[in-house]
Amino acid sequence: MSKRTIVPFGPQHPVLPEPIHLDLVLEDEKVVEAIPSIGFVHRGLEKLVEKRDFIDFTYVAERICGICSFIHGLTYCMAVEELMKIEVPERAQYLRTIWSELSRIHSHLLWLGLTADAFGFENLFMQSWRLREYILDIIEETTGGRVIFGSAKIGGVRRDITPEKLDEILKKIRSYQKEMLEIGSYFLEDSTVKHRLQGIGILSKEDAQALGAVGPMLRASGVSMDIRMMGYAAYGKVGFAPVVETAGDSYARCKVRIRELDQSVDIIEKCVQQMKEGPVEIKVTGFPNGEFFARSEQPRGEVIYYAKANGTKFLQRMRVRTPTFANITPLLSVLKGCQLADVPILVLTIDPCISCAER
Amino acid sequence: MKFLLMVKSVVKNLVRGPVTERYPFVPKKFFKGTRGQVLIEIKKCIFCGLCQRKCPSQAIVVTKDKKNWEIDRLRCVSCAACVDVCPVKCLAMDTKYAPCSDKRYKDAFNA
Ligand code: SF4
Ligand code: SF4
Repeated sequence: MSKRTIVPFGPQHPVLPEPIHLDLVLEDEKVVEAIPSIGFVHRGLEKLVEKRDFIDFTYVAERICGICSFIHGLTYCMAVEELMKIEVPERAQYLRTIWSELSRIHSHLLWLGLTADAFGFENLFMQSWRLREYILDIIEETTGGRVIFGSAKIGGVRRDITPEKLDEILKKIRSYQKEMLEIGSYFLEDSTVKHRLQGIGILSKEDAQALGAVGPMLRASGVSMDIRMMGYAAYGKVGFAPVVETAGDSYARCKVRIRELDQSVDIIEKCVQQMKEGPVEIKVTGFPNGEFFARSEQPRGEVIYYAKANGTKFLQRMRVRTPTFANITPLLSVLKGCQLADVPILVLTIDPCISCAER
Repeated sequence: MKFLLMVKSVVKNLVRGPVTERYPFVPKKFFKGTRGQVLIEIKKCIFCGLCQRKCPSQAIVVTKDKKNWEIDRLRCVSCAACVDVCPVKCLAMDTKYAPCSDKRYKDAFNA
C-alpha cells in the first residue's frame, strides 16, 4: 500500500460555488475516500417557522435557496394548501408550472456554465450565462425579481401574466431554445468536453437507487423517476415523461440537463396553449391544522417539505429535505476511486446547493 | 469526435460585439414590474399599521400618535407585501433599489 495523504478540499475553492468541505484521502493521485463536512452556512430557517406566521413564511421558504427559490416557495405553499384544503385556481396552477420551468431553465444554464468553468472552458461558461441572463430578464419582467421571484402565495400566485405577454415570452423562449441546443451541442459533441466528462464518476443504477440519489443524478443512471410525474401544479394536465439516460457518468448527467432544457421549453409552450382566463388566487381564511409531506421536483431533484400545524397561525414544525442533501451520499460513492483532478467536476455534477442543504 | 465547434460562436461573438452593458456609464434599464425600494406618499397614509404587521422582515415601524412612518432600508427584502396590503394604496414599489450603505439607516416620513 502506498502512502496515504489527506487533502482538504473546500469550503473555499476556486471552482466551488458552494461551501462544502471534503477531506480527500489520497493514494498517489487516486481518491480512496472522501469525508464530507457541511454546516458552514446554516441559517436556522426551519426554526424560524415558530416566529413567523404561516403566510409570512412563504417569503422565508423562497429564500432557502437562491436558485430554486420559486419551487421552494411553491412546495411550502402546496404543503399548507393541503393542510387547509385549499383548491388553487387553474390559471394559478399553470403560472406556477411556467415559473417552475423558467427556474429550471435558468438553473440548468447556470450549472452548464459552472461546469464549463470547472473544466476550464471559459468561453462556454460565458455563453451559457449570457443565455441565462435572457431567461432572468423574462423572470424579472413577469415577477419583479431576478432570482427571488416572490410570486408564490398560499392560495395561488401574486401576479398574473397577460396573454399578449405570454405569447411574447413564448416567442422569445423559442429563439433561445435554438441557442440552448447550440450550446448543448458544444457540451455533447466537443471532443475536449467529452474527454473531461465521459466515463468519469459512474454511478450504477443499483447504487443510485440504494444510495437515494435524486434528480438528474438519478435519471442519468437509468432510473425513470421524477416527481413531476405525480402531476402537481399543472404537470398532470400538460403531460410529462422524464428524461432518462443510462450511462450513469458525468456526461450522462450533463446530457440529462441539456435535454431537460429542451423539455422545459415544450412544457412552457403547452401551458401557454392550454391556459384559460380566470382568477389567479383565492382568499385564504382560517389556520392550517394537521401534518403533510409535500414533494416537488427542483432542478436539482426532489424536495420534500414536511409541515406540522396545530390550528394556530404559527406552524409547529417545518422540515425540508433538499435534493443536494440526498445527493451527497451518492457523490461520496462516485468520488471513491476517481482521480484528484476530477474531484471538482464530480462535485459539480450533483449540482450542489449547500445553502439549501443546510438551510 | 468533432473539433473546434466553438469557432462558429466565436465568429458570431466578434460580429455581434459585447452583450454586457457598460454599467455604470450606460444606466441599467429596469422592467415595469421590478421590485426595487418602497416609496410612500405620506400625505395619503392613515397610519393603520397594517404594513408594519404584514412585513415579513419587520422593516417598517408606524407610530400612529406621532404620525410617523419609518422604514429600515437594509431590513427590507423588497417583497412588496406592504404594497399589497395597504388599504389606501399610498405605498408603491420603485423599480430602483435603495442606495447602498455600509451602515444601517432609517428613512422616516412624517405627516
Ligand atoms: S398600510 Fe398604508 S395606510 Fe396603513 S400605515 Fe401602512 S402605509 Fe399607512
Ligand atoms: S417590501 Fe416587504 S420587506 Fe420591504 S418593507 Fe414592504 S413588506 Fe417589508
